[in-house]
Amino acid sequence: MTVFHYPQKDINTDLLFPGKYTYTCSTGPEIKEHLLEDLDPSFAEAVQAGDIIIAGENFGCGSSREHPSLGLKHIGLKAVIASSFARIFYRSAINQGLLLVQSPEAVEHYTEGDDVTVDPAAGEVRVGDRVFNFPSLPDEMLEILRDGGLLNHIKKQYTRGDGA
Amino acid sequence: MGDTFAIKILSRAAGKKVREGEIVFVEPDYILTHDNSSAIVGKFESTVPGGRVRYPERVAIVLDHVIPAASSKHAAGHRKVREFVREQGIANFYDIGVGVCHQVMPEVGLVKPGSIVVGSDSHTCTYGAFNCFATGIDRTEAAGIWITGRTWFKVPRTINIELTGGLGAGVSAKDLILTIIGDVGAGGANYMAVEFNGPAVGGLRICDRMTIANMGIEMGAKIAAFPSNIVTSKYFEALDIPITGAIWSDFDAEYARTLEYDLENIVPVIACPHQVDNVVPVEEMVGMKIDQIFLGTCTNGRVEDLKAAADILKGEKIHSSVRMLVAPASRIEYLKAMKMGIVQDLVTAGAVVLPPGCGPCLGAHQGALAPGEKCLSTANRNFKGRMGEKEAEIYLSSPETAAVSALTGTIRDPREVLK
Repeated sequence: MTVFHYPQKDINTDLLFPGKYTYTCSTGPEIKEHLLEDLDPSFAEAVQAGDIIIAGENFGCGSSREHPSLGLKHIGLKAVIASSFARIFYRSAINQGLLLVQSPEAVEHYTEGDDVTVDPAAGEVRVGDRVFNFPSLPDEMLEILRDGGLLNHIKKQYTRGDGA
Repeated sequence: MGDTFAIKILSRAAGKKVREGEIVFVEPDYILTHDNSSAIVGKFESTVPGGRVRYPERVAIVLDHVIPAASSKHAAGHRKVREFVREQGIANFYDIGVGVCHQVMPEVGLVKPGSIVVGSDSHTCTYGAFNCFATGIDRTEAAGIWITGRTWFKVPRTINIELTGGLGAGVSAKDLILTIIGDVGAGGANYMAVEFNGPAVGGLRICDRMTIANMGIEMGAKIAAFPSNIVTSKYFEALDIPITGAIWSDFDAEYARTLEYDLENIVPVIACPHQVDNVVPVEEMVGMKIDQIFLGTCTNGRVEDLKAAADILKGEKIHSSVRMLVAPASRIEYLKAMKMGIVQDLVTAGAVVLPPGCGPCLGAHQGALAPGEKCLSTANRNFKGRMGEKEAEIYLSSPETAAVSALTGTIRDPREVLK
């Protein structure tokens, strides 16, 4: 498991996925190639399932493009841990089924080389030898996350026959 | 204490009194999507194969981001959207050339005071100018709303921005909102609603309100809204649309924070790379050489913006060291500008006019920058790589600052000529 550490605040969606590709890339594999291209050109090659991103305040600000959240979910990123998340990105991550952990304390405590684990059910993130709690999502959002994202959630509702 | 606009409009939509922090499910009045509709169609079809859009009359689609198609791949995306709107009977479809979605939606009467509008574009907050609760969502959520007709909101807390006084010569609504963003910060209004109140609101034109609301997202705001007043009444009267749903905060609403701005004190400013909240007075940037000027977008592509530029450039020549691109926000704005001789003035001065649409703003086609180049743009974002090249620099300003800088190819203070 690798931790990718980007401590700066206001990492925007153009840095996470350049706008010039937004209408020619829409599937996970297409998006993966350009993920974080203008922030960390080595990321797309290096990242593997189960890895974690640790970032600062207002992660994912800017555009409503879902390529960052969709791409990170596609590669099987375990979680993004940040001091705070921009609203549309936060919402988009729930829609994609990507786990976000808002814990400024965990971000603050992290130093290179620390082992990081996340237990979403318990609402705990462990950084090195410290454990931090993070706020749980409201039930409605947890359900979407558990179903693997919004469209899977809707699909399930339709299968059960109680869709709107 | 009274309630904010956000609490009141979401209470009405939810059919119950809501509290801040509460999750509510609502059916938006309109769901806007643009070129990204082709990807949304894919999601829709794989989720409910052969399914029908729940409320086709509430769906609006505007092709504006990469128009005309820059490649065969873009063209295939556009075609997919045209086929989908035909199959699903979506009447509110606006093909290439009608304009930027955020200009078109109000022009065709799809946003009205008191409406709730969502869009798969972060600048959907623009409709706050018309007293809407309007906010951006991602493509997946748009597909979900096409299917179910509804979505959720967390009732936000509200920042109140009180405006007094009037803007001086050479100072525009763009300078005001950039100044506010510089103070609040890129994440300062994250998850929150922003309301604009105070006596100066009555003196703002619709185009000013749109410029201001448009950039709410650049401080993280969920919505950025204005009250309905005589200015909005006149706008909708001209469209022959009765105002029935206007709603606003109580006079004693409880805000998370109140900020006060006297418009007399606002000066021309520029947002420097690579953050919109990196705002400095134009005075400090005077003399910096620029390679490209871009006038347009949902922020500043309306006829008033084009006129502000043309008033400065009429009878003059754009300096040979700089190229100037102009993209009217919509066909209607373009036609108004033609009728007023504005297009003639801009083209005579040496500007290149692009079709009504997003143009170079998002870096996907038209007007991309070379490494090391500097662009002075009237758009809303200056993120690294935004205009197609991460080694380029984007500076954001008002149309007045952009136009006066075109005369020398260097940044200038518009108050030099507008007194």
